[in-house]
Amino acid sequence: MNTPGPDEGLRSELSKQGIFTVKLQDIYNWGRKNSIWPLQFGLACCAIEMIAASMARYDLARFGAEVFRPSPRQADLMIVAGTVTKKMAPQVVRLYNQMPEPKYVIAMGACAISGGPFKQGYNVLKGIDRYIPVDVHIPGCPPRPEALMHAFMTLQRKIDDQTLTGNSRPRHLDPDAPSEFPVPALGEDDIVPAKNERVWQAPVVVR
Amino acid sequence: MNDYGAYQFLAVFLVVAVLFALVPLGLARLWAKKFSPQKPGAQKNAVYECGLEASGSTAIRFKSEYYIYAIIFLIFDVEVLFLVPFAVAFLNLPLGAFVAMLVFILLLAEGLAWAWMKGVLTWK
Repeated sequence: MNTPGPDEGLRSELSKQGIFTVKLQDIYNWGRKNSIWPLQFGLACCAIEMIAASMARYDLARFGAEVFRPSPRQADLMIVAGTVTKKMAPQVVRLYNQMPEPKYVIAMGACAISGGPFKQGYNVLKGIDRYIPVDVHIPGCPPRPEALMHAFMTLQRKIDDQTLTGNSRPRHLDPDAPSEFPVPALGEDDIVPAKNERVWQAPVVVR
Repeated sequence: MNDYGAYQFLAVFLVVAVLFALVPLGLARLWAKKFSPQKPGAQKNAVYECGLEASGSTAIRFKSEYYIYAIIFLIFDVEVLFLVPFAVAFLNLPLGAFVAMLVFILLLAEGLAWAWMKGVLTWK
């Protein structure tokens, strides 16, 4: 942990005697980060890499994340693996809303983080982070399974750094954090609203 | 110690058994209250969980007629199971076995006739 305990000297002295003291928060996060169950949910070719990552050759099970759940009610992690079309975006947000807290999102691949090669297209969302809070972005087209694993380890580090109180606590421990995010709908010309202002603001170019 | 003494341990067992079941549930409840407070919402509590919205009411009725069909089918399916070994051993069986099988089949045929008269076989 980044914040040492109140008495680090005593702690190291005890550990020399074979007695290990941890904070409750550490055990809590240790359990959470080693049992991240992803939602079994693929959108495009990145999903093939995600499947490969979960299979024997890359073996995502080493990270405690092999249990791909077919229902959002049982999942902790949404891997947005692939192109999010504007037709699919409402379903993705709704699935995210239906996942229980605490929940995390990995946006996998160029399409999911920005629209990728279809960025100029009329029917592809320019990044799922416009509607839901994304924890880890993976670039690549498609990213290799190793990249997904790196994202997993990054997410594990992120979970490990979350505290039970204070500003860096996970969202479910914050009573003011919203439980659901507004689901966009297909409008006359485009998907409305075009973005969730609370989650995503247009980047300001500083020259 | 009176006569009930031999049975007092049962009462202790009962209390321990109830506590054994309830205390972990209570602890889990307390843990959930502290470390995973619920964040319910209209979509999270929705019936359908595949990203789409459920169309229409989910408390719908559906025909139970097929159920009766299936039960009658099952009875005759089992009958075939009995008839095949009977047919294999047919030439070596005494007359009594033949009569018993005949009664069995007639009973089932009677049931079929009854179901037919009741109109079960007519798909409405």
